[in-house]
Amino acid sequence: MNKQMVKGINQNVDEIIGRWQLSMREEQDERFFQFMPSDLVDKTSRVFAELMTSNIAESDVVNREKLNEFTERVVRFGWSIKFVNKAIDNFSDIVFQILEAKEIITNDNLRAYLDIYTNWIPPLRESIIEAYSTEYERTIDLQKIALQELSASLIPVFDKISVMPLVGTIDTERAKLIMENLLEGVVKQQAEVVLLDITGVPVVDTMVAHHIIQAADAVRLIGAKCMLVGIRPEIAQTIVTLGIHLHEFTTTSTLQRGMQEALMLTNRKIVEVDKE
Amino acid sequence: MEHRSSVDIYTEWDIVAARQLGRNEAKKSGFGTVDQARITTAISELARNIYLYAEEGKIEITNVIEDGLIGIRIIATDSGPGIPDVRRVMEDGFSTSGGLGAGIPGVKRLMDEFKIETELGVGTLVTAIKWLR
Repeated sequence: MNKQMVKGINQNVDEIIGRWQLSMREEQDERFFQFMPSDLVDKTSRVFAELMTSNIAESDVVNREKLNEFTERVVRFGWSIKFVNKAIDNFSDIVFQILEAKEIITNDNLRAYLDIYTNWIPPLRESIIEAYSTEYERTIDLQKIALQELSASLIPVFDKISVMPLVGTIDTERAKLIMENLLEGVVKQQAEVVLLDITGVPVVDTMVAHHIIQAADAVRLIGAKCMLVGIRPEIAQTIVTLGIHLHEFTTTSTLQRGMQEALMLTNRKIVEVDKE
Repeated sequence: MEHRSSVDIYTEWDIVAARQLGRNEAKKSGFGTVDQARITTAISELARNIYLYAEEGKIEITNVIEDGLIGIRIIATDSGPGIPDVRRVMEDGFSTSGGLGAGIPGVKRLMDEFKIETELGVGTLVTAIKWLR
């Protein structure tokens, strides 16, 4: 039966591919079949059909090697997971229709076909889903690492003065990171004044304010001074309305003004020199 | 015409999604940057309360038109433990989680209308409206 089926598919492969392409073209949101040159679509379709057919098991055991080859190559097509799923569905549907029409599948061997189907389609689908989800997870992990690297670094600007620019949303995890980097950095860079720049923080709610206050407190404990800079007018208004008290530390509207204050605190200033 | 959209709150990142939605809706309704910040912050507080105390719930944002006034309504619902003493929650500086305790009274000040209904063991419903002036 398995061999008969493979033979039947191979004999009718052009018709199967033709109908399969037609059905796939109806899929919306998929650019592949709409924008690719038709010879490439043809080539890819043939490879896909070949891979699908080669995975019809010769015995009851699923051939792992062929399965992996299928997954690896299909993933490389660059289709979306939804599209691949549909492609597998449509392919098996069309194969069934055609083989039934050619009377290779009849009422008598329907049961045998079902067994073949179970060993054929679900493993393919599982393997594809696994491959895609591993890939997604890897991407997310990498992005998380990249984001963490960006997230909170203390930059020494002048002797005794360091700046930590905060950009983006502050969640609990990041708040922890900010605190750690801030304290470690202050000690390492021997900073006396630290400027926390919140120009890039979109929302300052009570939680964010709480974390900032805690960080500033901790900085004070290790003998440095924390300044909050980059407070936009609308943020200033919401902070006041929320009833958050920030009067324990110096705050300024811009990093520039904060820097001037920091220099003053460390008894220095920037002077212009005359050109000679 | 009422336009309604909502975000389910399960994780900390859903809070970000909720306030992004709020900011977009506020912008569309014509609110200025200060009011946008107020609305977004209020949503942030309400969503965080859901996340912290009820673990899951929903933030719903609706455009409202009443007596010729345009506004935005935030509805925060959860089926969490409820609040034992609503009066204390409305006081500044009261917190059970070690926070600042400015969240709920802060939201009331940030918005124009504020209503909180809660029942122990059933859940909490907060409705807040900001009118466009």
